[in-house]
Amino acid sequence: MPSRLQPMTVAAVIGFTAAAVAPLFVPSWTTLVALILAKAIVVLGIIVLLQAGQVSFGHAMFFAVGAYAAAFWGKYLGIGDLALYLLLGSVLATLSGLVVGLFVVRYREIFFGMLNLAFSMVLWSLLEKMFHYTNGADGIRVARPTVVGMTFSPDAFQFVILYVSLTLAVVAFALVQRYLDSPLGHMLRAIKSNETRLEYLGTSARRVLLAGYVLSAFLGGIGGVLVAVIQGIATPEFGFWTKSGEFVFIAILGGVGHALGAFAGAAVFEIVRFFAAAMLANAWQLILGVVLIVIILFAPNGLIGLVTRSSRAKGDN
Amino acid sequence: MNSTLAILAILDGISYAALVFLVSVGLSLIFGVLRVVNVAHGSLYAYGAYLAATLSIAVAPISPLLTYPALLIASVVIGVTCGGFIERFLLRPVYGREEVLQLLITFAVFMIMDNLQRLIWGVQPIFASEPLKLLPNVRVFGVTYTSYQVVLLPLVAIVTLVGLRYFLRYTLSGAVIMAVTEDREAATAIGIDAQRVYLLTFIIGATLAALGGALALPTTSLVPGMGTDMIVLSFAVAATAGLGQIEGTAVTALMIGLARAFVIYIHPEFEVLVPYLLMVLVLLVRPLGLFGTSKARKI
Repeated sequence: MPSRLQPMTVAAVIGFTAAAVAPLFVPSWTTLVALILAKAIVVLGIIVLLQAGQVSFGHAMFFAVGAYAAAFWGKYLGIGDLALYLLLGSVLATLSGLVVGLFVVRYREIFFGMLNLAFSMVLWSLLEKMFHYTNGADGIRVARPTVVGMTFSPDAFQFVILYVSLTLAVVAFALVQRYLDSPLGHMLRAIKSNETRLEYLGTSARRVLLAGYVLSAFLGGIGGVLVAVIQGIATPEFGFWTKSGEFVFIAILGGVGHALGAFAGAAVFEIVRFFAAAMLANAWQLILGVVLIVIILFAPNGLIGLVTRSSRAKGDN
Repeated sequence: MNSTLAILAILDGISYAALVFLVSVGLSLIFGVLRVVNVAHGSLYAYGAYLAATLSIAVAPISPLLTYPALLIASVVIGVTCGGFIERFLLRPVYGREEVLQLLITFAVFMIMDNLQRLIWGVQPIFASEPLKLLPNVRVFGVTYTSYQVVLLPLVAIVTLVGLRYFLRYTLSGAVIMAVTEDREAATAIGIDAQRVYLLTFIIGATLAALGGALALPTTSLVPGMGTDMIVLSFAVAATAGLGQIEGTAVTALMIGLARAFVIYIHPEFEVLVPYLLMVLVLLVRPLGLFGTSKARKI
């Protein structure tokens, strides 16, 4: 369906270009844009799982693994390099995704969600209570790392981390979109529509789901490292269930039909939060809640659904 | 650990389990009938507690005895208004759509209620312990404890358990609820109004959550995060027991309550870890929970 995908590609190019250029004119947006991109990388992972109809209500655990990988490096080994943080964070998140995944892919729907929630809450309570190692609820400060050996001033670093996030986001976007179009991605969707038939074809549904799960854990780890570095801190909150809920929220907000949904959702979510927090400091959560309800009731396929719907309507004419 | 501490831990565990049971059984009941995991359940618990505090602070100067009906009224008011509103206007439009959307609707409600709670009642801790002080203390094996916590709370939990059981097994409304749970289409075909059943069930579940909160009020101080913590705990209890299992929820609440109480006296730092660790271990062995029964796989 190239006619339907085309407007998406155009939208993606416009979106990523805007993310690259806009902060040059309005420097105060730099951190916001970087944060949107980093969170969208995590949400890409949620979208992968949603293809199989599975909702992880504990995916923040991989986000927290990534963030704490950077934080522990800084705490115990001194200031490191961003590339090494990313390497360590993604390897650890992938490994924990593999271990947790081996257990959770045996379950579906609510039990899948619950077991993910349980694992993430175990991690959260450990991060919160192992005060000696993690500083408890205060979290660990993440000092500004070097980037491939170079040290940057705070102002320059803002831009460096923005473009690092942008590069990773574009790669992750292409990777996920490619994956969803591959046989493995189609099999993932078959788990949602009819898992038994998928198994009749001689495929192990568990293995298909495990591949998707590990990919989503990997993306969660990358996003976690980036957010910890952007915000300069990692706290147990990163692994709390509300964080997991937030990622699912962003995925539904953006729309799960296309990888671009993660970016659309993250952009709207962070921008609404940014402006609502600035203008109505006490009510940003309320506003986001109302936005979510409106989206679910009136735009069931998310923001991306609105785009595809309008482009299809044009095609009909 | 000496025997006094052990008895103290058991009493702590029982009184805590009674509260957790009330909240979890509401969650479990709603899931059993509507197949919706109500993420806003913890907020209903918190609202029950906060409204109970507002009411009891208002009536305490007239007569402290009035605080008991205040607790009950608060939970019914919250259950009927909040619960009724959520089911009727937010959940009803999304039945039959993807399950994740129903879950997210309640997540949105949680965000809204959590925010409103801070706007209405502020972020300062609130205390109102009149009901606790009115009842005498009791001595159990040489340990002095408040009878509110070791007599009244377990009593309410047992009455709820027996009452729910009786209601579902021996009354017409209960039979109708069971019928809809078993097979919604067949029940609708013989003339049962499934929408009314959903509304009724949600209100009962919400009222139980609010009742848990209202009864917790005298034993604790109300702080902003209380609903957020309670919801995961009641998830853990309901999922460990097997969603929709009423007696199972009672046994599991007691198990988790006691385990948590003993851990508090031995290794206090691991208190929050206990319910989730138990949940992981149980779900790994029995994915449908301790008391859950499996359903046939549909092709």
